[in-house]
Amino acid sequence: MGELRLMKGNEVLAEAAIRCGCDGYFGYPITPQSEVMETLMARQPWEETGMVVLQAESEVAAINMIYGAAATGKKVMTSSSSPGISLMSEGISYIAGSELPCLIINVQRGGPGLGTIQPSQADYFQAVKGGGHGDYKLIVLAPSSVQEMNDFVDLAFELAFKYRNPAMILTDGAIGQMMEKVELADFKPRWTNDELIEKCGSWATTGKPAGRKPNIITSLEMDSAKMEANNKRFQEKYRKMEEEEPRYEALMCDDAEYVIVAFGTSSRVCQKAIELARAKGVKVGLLRPITLYPFPKKAIAELSCRIKGFLSVEMSAGQMIEDIKLSVFEGGCIVPVKFFGRLGGIIPSPGEVVKALEENFLKG
Amino acid sequence: MDIKDIIKPENLVYKKSELLIDTIMHYCPGCSHGVVHKILSEVIDEMGIQEKTIGIAPVGCAVFAYNYIDIDWQEAAHGRAPAVATGVVRLNPDNIVFAYQGDGDLASIGTAEIIHACNRGENIVVIFINNGIYGMTGGQMAPTTLVGQVTSTTPAGRNVDLNGYPMKITELIAQLPGTSYVTRQSVQTAAAVRKCKRSIKKAFQNVIDKKGTSFVEVVSTCNAGWKMTPVGANKWMEENMFPFYPLGDMKDSDKKEVSNN
Amino acid sequence: MTEEIIIAGFGGQGVLSMGKIIAYSGIMENKEVTWFPSYGPEMRGGTANVTVVVSDDRISSPVIQEFDTAIILNQQSMDKFEKAVKPGGTLIYDPNGILRPPARTDINIYKVEGTRTAIEMGNPKVFNMIVVGSYLKVKPILSLANVEKGLEKSLPPRYHKLIPLNLKAIEKGQEIVEKVGEV
Repeated sequence: MGELRLMKGNEVLAEAAIRCGCDGYFGYPITPQSEVMETLMARQPWEETGMVVLQAESEVAAINMIYGAAATGKKVMTSSSSPGISLMSEGISYIAGSELPCLIINVQRGGPGLGTIQPSQADYFQAVKGGGHGDYKLIVLAPSSVQEMNDFVDLAFELAFKYRNPAMILTDGAIGQMMEKVELADFKPRWTNDELIEKCGSWATTGKPAGRKPNIITSLEMDSAKMEANNKRFQEKYRKMEEEEPRYEALMCDDAEYVIVAFGTSSRVCQKAIELARAKGVKVGLLRPITLYPFPKKAIAELSCRIKGFLSVEMSAGQMIEDIKLSVFEGGCIVPVKFFGRLGGIIPSPGEVVKALEENFLKG
Repeated sequence: MDIKDIIKPENLVYKKSELLIDTIMHYCPGCSHGVVHKILSEVIDEMGIQEKTIGIAPVGCAVFAYNYIDIDWQEAAHGRAPAVATGVVRLNPDNIVFAYQGDGDLASIGTAEIIHACNRGENIVVIFINNGIYGMTGGQMAPTTLVGQVTSTTPAGRNVDLNGYPMKITELIAQLPGTSYVTRQSVQTAAAVRKCKRSIKKAFQNVIDKKGTSFVEVVSTCNAGWKMTPVGANKWMEENMFPFYPLGDMKDSDKKEVSNN
Repeated sequence: MTEEIIIAGFGGQGVLSMGKIIAYSGIMENKEVTWFPSYGPEMRGGTANVTVVVSDDRISSPVIQEFDTAIILNQQSMDKFEKAVKPGGTLIYDPNGILRPPARTDINIYKVEGTRTAIEMGNPKVFNMIVVGSYLKVKPILSLANVEKGLEKSLPPRYHKLIPLNLKAIEKGQEIVEKVGEV
């Protein structure tokens, strides 16, 4: 068993990065996630593992430092919160278009604009549909506990390198600021130069030895036929992710007549809500998408053929609900998909969710 | 005497650097970029640092620089080359990283990145091509466009009331303690090319010696954007650009020791 | 066993660290724990509150409307959280600064003179540990040995010399807590 600690989600992100052999972090302070960089700076991993940590002059610079650092084939990450991720979106598009692996963490706060510093899930569209320009996808992981904040750092890097694609941990201020018991992973050494050359030598900017072609990291291609071919290659990669990587958790879905779909913080609230509803005799389950992209479409489609309806519960005006509706539609068993959400930094309460369930499905 | 009798190794007086890739450049005839590329190839070749050098290409006319010099490259977003170079050199401090940028890239959209990279003393070379105009997008006003200079967005000439003043960014950079070598050069004559090459070589040597940021501005021509002949553009540059952007070293501090690591 | 607690008072009363010590002690006792603060500008000065859940099972919502126990340390928090205690639940409060004492008759109510006792002990900083002691007397969900271990884990080593004083404050809190209302 690994070391047990009581830690904030944000602190765990930093600790997990050091322990999984991350090579570098570049970031810019923004509430509610500044503890990530603060923890790293206090831990001084450059003394311990050689990990580089740098406070950039802006989110724009930070993501472009990530773009440069990721091109070297090393494991690098940044973290920010909603307005900062908007600033980074151009860079994220370049990283996706250049097929570079890296980890981007969004500890969401309420928007739009400067919004609030309280937790929100209103960046779902930005994370799973694009945010930056062009046809690209991020691998998006949604932790629902401090333990998963720990576990998903390593998982995100694994997936990012498997697909040479940026991965995002989409969390929010609640999980970032909350403390829970966490079992920390054991230390994994950073890759040696030989390991890096073996894994990434065919594309990374390691310096061109005599006899190999130059490695050029770019998203630019003036010949649109070639650019179309590049895009098709990306799309094949995304289809493979959709086939192999969807992850979810189903709670009490086996006998359920209704299923709540929720991720991250709102899924925790809904877990309590289904307990309360079941105590009242309502047969309700919870489907918690762990990967938001690729979305667990098949699991939703299968459920739709044996339940009476879905309730999407989000800390937004209703974004994931579109993916649930698409999944139901593609599955062919059309059932109602309803929505309940709180906006602007408010977390729904379990009681409100139960009420929404009753109002949508059990009245009349 | 046949031509074959002349093409012999012992008669060779000039040979292109092996690092300059044998391809047709997209630059307009008369453009300064090609000359600076040639200098860079020669310097990297002569210093024997091909295996360690990473180039960061800008957005602008030099966006395809990576097609011309036989090293590993990365193409940056507009203005962000110094941040990208920071990412590379922080992770691999023994690599020799240079950012190659134009005036729109460096002095307009990328002002924050260049100022902060230089202020941190990132151990990189910055090559700054200043031709006072946006070449690639069709000759619009740049931050370095001279007062009264006609461009496609200042058809009546740059008017300071409307457009502000031309920016001497290199003078600004020289104030920053993170920089060890800041110079302004040109490449319009053989003598200027030789002098510019010495500057670029010194900048690379500084990076090898981990002295922080070395910054080389090259006052350049854009005869296509300026709507002049190549010869006319050189003359216009000497008469108009050099008085405002005087050539020479602004800073050469061999005393400063910088370590980022 | 699942115990859902709200601790609420002024910033600076040690509300968040009380929650942290209870949570860390819970880990020492092999329980699942969640510590969920109100965060934001009100962290400086205004009211502060933290929800702590200690459970034998996986914890669901960190956001809770009804609590097994409310530990209330100022009037604003009394106004807000007295009504949030589950029927049959527990309310513990420090009367210092409380103008309207709790009036519910369907919950167990305890009073702890924490502020006064801390001053009498010569160290106002041990106030929050006195209250923790009172809580553990009323709800003995954690052993004192594990609270001591929790203190060791949650305090940086340079503060370990203060652990005996904190344990003394916990004992004091256990002694002085008094029941003022019962279901």
